[in-house]
Amino acid sequence: MPLYHNDDQAMLKDSVAPFVAEQAPVSHLRKLRDSADATGFSRDLWAQFTEMGLPGMLVPEAHGGLGMGHMEAGIVLEEIGRNLTPSPFLSTGVGAVAALAKAGGTQAGRWLPAIASGEAIVALAIDEGAKHRPDRIATSATRAGNGFRLDGKKSFVLHGHVADMSIVAAKTDGGITLFAVPKDAKGVTADPRRLVDSSLASHVTLDGVEVDADAVIGEVDAGGEILDALLAATRTGAAAEMVGVGQGAMDMTVTYLKERKQFGKLIGEFQGLQHRAAHLYGEMEVARATVMKAQELLDQGSEGAKLMVSVAKAKAGRAANLAVREGVQMHGGIGMTDEYDIGLYMKRDRALAEFMGDVHYHIDQVARMNGY
Amino acid sequence: MSEQDAFRTEVREWLEANCPPEMREPIRDEDDVCWGGRNFKFKNDAQKQWLDACVARGYTVPDWPKPYGGAGLTPEQTKILKLEMKRIKARSPLDSFGIWMLGPALLQFGTEEQKVHYLNPIARGEIRWCQGYSEPGSGSDLVSLQTFGEDKGDHWVVNGSKIWTSYADKADWIFCLVRTDKTNKYQGITFMLFDMESKGVTTKPILLISGNSPFCETFFDDVEVPKTQFVGEINRGWDVAKYLLGHEREMISGGGAGGDMVSIGGAFAKAFGKNEAGELDDPILRAEMAAFDVDVFAYRAMGERFMDMWKTGRAHPASSNMMKYVGTELNKRRHELVMSGGGSEALEWDSEETKGGARARGWLRTKANSIEGGTSEVMLNVIAKRILDLPGA
Repeated sequence: MPLYHNDDQAMLKDSVAPFVAEQAPVSHLRKLRDSADATGFSRDLWAQFTEMGLPGMLVPEAHGGLGMGHMEAGIVLEEIGRNLTPSPFLSTGVGAVAALAKAGGTQAGRWLPAIASGEAIVALAIDEGAKHRPDRIATSATRAGNGFRLDGKKSFVLHGHVADMSIVAAKTDGGITLFAVPKDAKGVTADPRRLVDSSLASHVTLDGVEVDADAVIGEVDAGGEILDALLAATRTGAAAEMVGVGQGAMDMTVTYLKERKQFGKLIGEFQGLQHRAAHLYGEMEVARATVMKAQELLDQGSEGAKLMVSVAKAKAGRAANLAVREGVQMHGGIGMTDEYDIGLYMKRDRALAEFMGDVHYHIDQVARMNGY
Repeated sequence: MSEQDAFRTEVREWLEANCPPEMREPIRDEDDVCWGGRNFKFKNDAQKQWLDACVARGYTVPDWPKPYGGAGLTPEQTKILKLEMKRIKARSPLDSFGIWMLGPALLQFGTEEQKVHYLNPIARGEIRWCQGYSEPGSGSDLVSLQTFGEDKGDHWVVNGSKIWTSYADKADWIFCLVRTDKTNKYQGITFMLFDMESKGVTTKPILLISGNSPFCETFFDDVEVPKTQFVGEINRGWDVAKYLLGHEREMISGGGAGGDMVSIGGAFAKAFGKNEAGELDDPILRAEMAAFDVDVFAYRAMGERFMDMWKTGRAHPASSNMMKYVGTELNKRRHELVMSGGGSEALEWDSEETKGGARARGWLRTKANSIEGGTSEVMLNVIAKRILDLPGA
C-alpha cells in the first residue's frame, strides 16, 4: 500500500478539515477555558462529531460503526491537533474502541454501539503515577462474591470525571485484567485537575469498588493483549494529534516570518531563521511519514506495528516539541503573550507528549524491542 | 489472487532461481559493488552471473521502458521487486551514475535516438559514467562554472577543469556541464556527453581525509566534442542539470542515508555485551543510540513515503532536498556513534582485524555526505525558498 492518502481518505480529510476549522478553531478552546468550563469539552460539538459518524469511525460495522482504520482516525486527530480542539475523540473513539473491539464479548456489545451513537464517553484509567508505567500496575482486583473488588489509584485520566465508563487496568492473580467501570459505581471518586493546556484530567480513587464478573473486558488475567491494543491505538492517535499541533504551530510561524519586519526587512529574509524553519519542515515531514507508517501497520495487524508505534510517538513528540519551541521563539515577545495562539500550541503539545508515554519512554522501548 | 500478489509470487520464484547465494551476503567493501564499465573486473562468477540474469530480465533498471533495457515495471511493481530483493538480502546487481543520474535525465530530455543509444549500455553495465559538475571555483555556486566549449561549427573545443568527479579515473564516459555562452549565466551552459578516452582528457585522484581517493580532478585540454553529443538544448543545460541534481539528491537520500537502516544499538549490544538487566552496558551511549534508532526507523518510513509520492508525481519537486538533508545528517550521526561504540578498536587505521581501518575511514567518508550533491546549507536554502516560500531566500 502506498504511504499516502487514497482517494477516500483524501475525501475524508476534505470534509473533516473545514468542519473542525469552522466549528472548533482555537477560539473554541479559548471560550471553554475562559468560561472555566467544567466538562472539558463541548457536548454540542460532540453531537456534531456524532452526526458525521466520527465517534464510531473505528467501531466495527456489526456494532453500528463505520469500521474504518487508524489511518482514517489519524486524519480526524490531525485536524483536532491543528485546531487544539478539546475532544474525547482520542480516549473514547480510538483507545476505548480499540480495547473493546479487540476483546469482544459482553462489554463490547454494550459499549461499542453506545460510543458509535455518541451516547457514551469512555475514559482510560491506566496510569498510576506521574509517569506512564503500564508494566507496573498496582491497582488490584480481587474476587469478591460474583465479581471483583477493585482498589487503587489512577492518574492522568482524561475526561475521567464525566465519562460514562472508565476502562480500568488492574492486577489479578495471573496477570492484568481490564474492567469496564461504570460512572455510578460505588467507591469511585474522580478528582478533576485543570492541566496546563486547560484540559481536565482526573485522579481516580477506587476504594473497594465492586463490579460484576461480566465487567471484565475480554478474559480474566488476559488483559495484557487488550491493554497493548488500547495503548498502541492511543499512542498512534496521540502521535497523529501531535503532528497536527506541530503543523499548526509551524504554519503559523512560517506565516509570521513573512509578515513581521525588523531592521527594515521581513524577518523571514534572515538566513538564521530560514535554516531553522527549513530544518523544522524536514522534522515535521519525517514525523508525518512515521505516524502514517504506524497507522498502516496497525491497520494491517502487522507484527512490526508495536515498534513503529513507539517510533511514531517518540518522533512526533520530538518534532512537535521543536515546532512549538521554535514557534514561540520566532514569534519573539508576542509569542509569550496569552493573546497569541502560539503559546496554546506549546501547552497542548506538552500534555500530548506526556500522554501514554513520553519521548524518553518510547525511545527506551525502541531499544528494548531491538534487544538492547 | 490479485495482480500484485501474482507478480510478487513470480518475482519471488525468479529471485530464488537466479540470485546466487554469494549475492545475498552483505556488502563488505568496495570490491563487492558491481559498477560495470569497459574495465570492470568481476570479483567472482556469482557477481557476473547475477548481473547477467538481471540484465536479461531488465532488472538492473526495472522501471525503465523495455526498449531502453528496462523491464517496464510500474511504480507498484518496482516497489514489490525491491522489497522482495531486500527480503532475501539480495545485493544490487549494478550500481552506476548512469542508472541514478544520467538515465533519468535522458528519459526526460533525450531524443529517442539518444535514449536507445545511451540507455541500453547503461542498463547492461557496459559503459560506466561519471559526472562533471563542480569546478575549483564553483562549488555551492555551481552556475558560476567556467569550463568553456568554443563553437567550431560541427564540434566544440572544451577547455577547463572539473573537481570532485567521482571515479573519473574508472569511468568510460562523462556527462558534463560546459559553458557555451559567456554572456548568459543560467542560459549559457550546455549538458555535454563525451568519451573519457577523448584526446585532451586527464584525471588526477584526490587523496581525502579517509585515505581513499573516490574523487578526481579532471582536466580538459582542447577536447573535441561533436555537436551531436548534448542533452536537451544548447545553452539550456542548466535545466537538465537541475533536474538531474534532484535525482542525485534522491539517490544520496535513498541509498546513503541512515546507512543500512538497521538498529545501531542492536548491533553494538551483540558486540559489547549487556548488563544484568539486558541493556547495553553504557547507559548514556545506549540512550543516544536508541534516540538515533528512532530517527532511523522514522527516516525509513519517510523514504518509503517519499518514493511512493515521488514516483507518482505527488511529491513537492523540491522535497528531494529535504530527503538529502535529513538523510545525510543522519548518516553522519550514525558513523559518530559507530566510532563511539567501537572505542579504541575503531581508531585503528590499517590493521587486518579492522579490515584496513574500515570504520575510521567510513566515518571520515561520511563527512562528505552533507557536502557533495549540494551542501546541507544549500538544501536548507532551497527548502526555505521553494517549499516554505520565505522571502528573499
